[in-house]
Amino acid sequence: MNAAASKPVIDVQHLSFRRDGRIVLHDVSFQIQEHELVGLIGPNGGGKTSLLQTLLGVLHPYEGTIHVLGREPAHLDKARGQIGYVAQTKQFDRDFPARAKDVVLMGTFPQVGFAKLPGSKEKASVYGALEQVGMQDRASRPIGRLSGGEQQRVFIAQALVSHPRLLILDEPTAGVDREGEESLIRLLTRLKAQSDLTILMVSHNVSLIRSHTDRIVALNRDLIFAGPASGLTDAVIAEVYHPHPAEAPGA
Amino acid sequence: MLDRLGEMLSLEFMRRAFLGGILVGASCAFLSVFVVLRRLAFVSQGVSHAAFGGVALAVLVGVNPSLGALVFSVGTALAIGGVSRRRSWVEDSSIGIFLAVSMALGLLFLGLKRGSATGLYGYLFGSILSILPSDLPWMIGLTCLVFLVLLVFMKELYFYVFDETMARVAGVPVDALYFGLLILLAVTISLGMKLVGAILVTALLVIPGATARFLTSNIVVLIPLSIAIGVLGVILGLTLAYLVNVSPGASIVVVLFLGFLGAFLASGQRS
Repeated sequence: MNAAASKPVIDVQHLSFRRDGRIVLHDVSFQIQEHELVGLIGPNGGGKTSLLQTLLGVLHPYEGTIHVLGREPAHLDKARGQIGYVAQTKQFDRDFPARAKDVVLMGTFPQVGFAKLPGSKEKASVYGALEQVGMQDRASRPIGRLSGGEQQRVFIAQALVSHPRLLILDEPTAGVDREGEESLIRLLTRLKAQSDLTILMVSHNVSLIRSHTDRIVALNRDLIFAGPASGLTDAVIAEVYHPHPAEAPGA
Repeated sequence: MLDRLGEMLSLEFMRRAFLGGILVGASCAFLSVFVVLRRLAFVSQGVSHAAFGGVALAVLVGVNPSLGALVFSVGTALAIGGVSRRRSWVEDSSIGIFLAVSMALGLLFLGLKRGSATGLYGYLFGSILSILPSDLPWMIGLTCLVFLVLLVFMKELYFYVFDETMARVAGVPVDALYFGLLILLAVTISLGMKLVGAILVTALLVIPGATARFLTSNIVVLIPLSIAIGVLGVILGLTLAYLVNVSPGASIVVVLFLGFLGAFLASGQRS
């Protein structure tokens, strides 16, 4: 696959976004090509989640242009099913009456459509997705009874069940132990190798990101770095996690 | 005992109370699954008290009290929803405000209405005698509406109450579902208050779903179980109310609570 010749999966140009009058993202531009595994890093409050949510069409209005799979986020329509998303915090009730397979089935919504019932095709793809993440034998377990890492796999299966072209994960390794973290990232690498999936994931674990991703985007309100993982030097990392000039004491 | 039960069923108004009660119990219990999962118990409390304000105003101006209850409860539900969508922390506070204001308005309207307002006691605490033949077509129609809406949008509601953010990203019309739930809540409250009263109708909207949650973690079982609990609670409660001559609202709530307690203790032993 020639990445340079194909259209970028994500194309962000001069994106700025304000929340409650505060600048969260300022003049951010980068591209993500097909079949890349990209890590997004930056400090808390550096605009990572806001960036993901503008890409998904949840946050608007913004300045600049965004194209995801060739479309603007507000007009994703049918392309919505081609994007799988795993959100950062899962604040569901531990006793919520849902089994792993029920949670994955929810992910078929873009295919099934409004006020229609999923058919046998969707139910079969639920087992396929659980198998992809190695959770097929946990299908009937209540979601609240699974470990943090297992829950995260179920949510990745929920994102995969619609056979997306793009998978976006917001800190999938948060609340997961080191071993679970390693196995999650191996899973993502394997998923990318097995299909045409493009993956964008946020993480706080810089060393994990540096050793497992193709490219890195580093944000601290401004875009600090976008390039191959090998280019992420200690100096760049220090700059990313340095307090933003406008927020530094005395500013 | 059997004689008294036979006598109860031979009475026209009791048969009507049972039919109305089963309809109300079933629609409240179905909705209660989502009330419990989306944590709308306090919202339903606020909306039901608003219904009382509506009844009092209707009595004052001389229109059908049920209509007053319906208009006030739908209005309050939409107001609570509208305010809390803008600022998430306001849901809780706005209910506290609307609840008190509509009860105050209710008392104010009652004060303005000179003379007797004894019928209002029934709207506060429920009455077997309050279900009239003309109420039944409305009850049947509204129960069908509640069931239809909940069944058709079950998949979307389930996704929404589980994970609002993910549902929104997937394209589920989350705001419309929230307001839809609030309107259904208001409709069932105005239905239920004739039988169990404005103060106690929340019990019908919370206890069946909460009880069923202790007994199963499978949504496919949870919904019919909740409906069965609601209907059974109404039947047993009404029978008790007739036999010992107490308010049906009180006896239904006590019966439902005993069931809740049993389920709670049983689930504690299992885990």
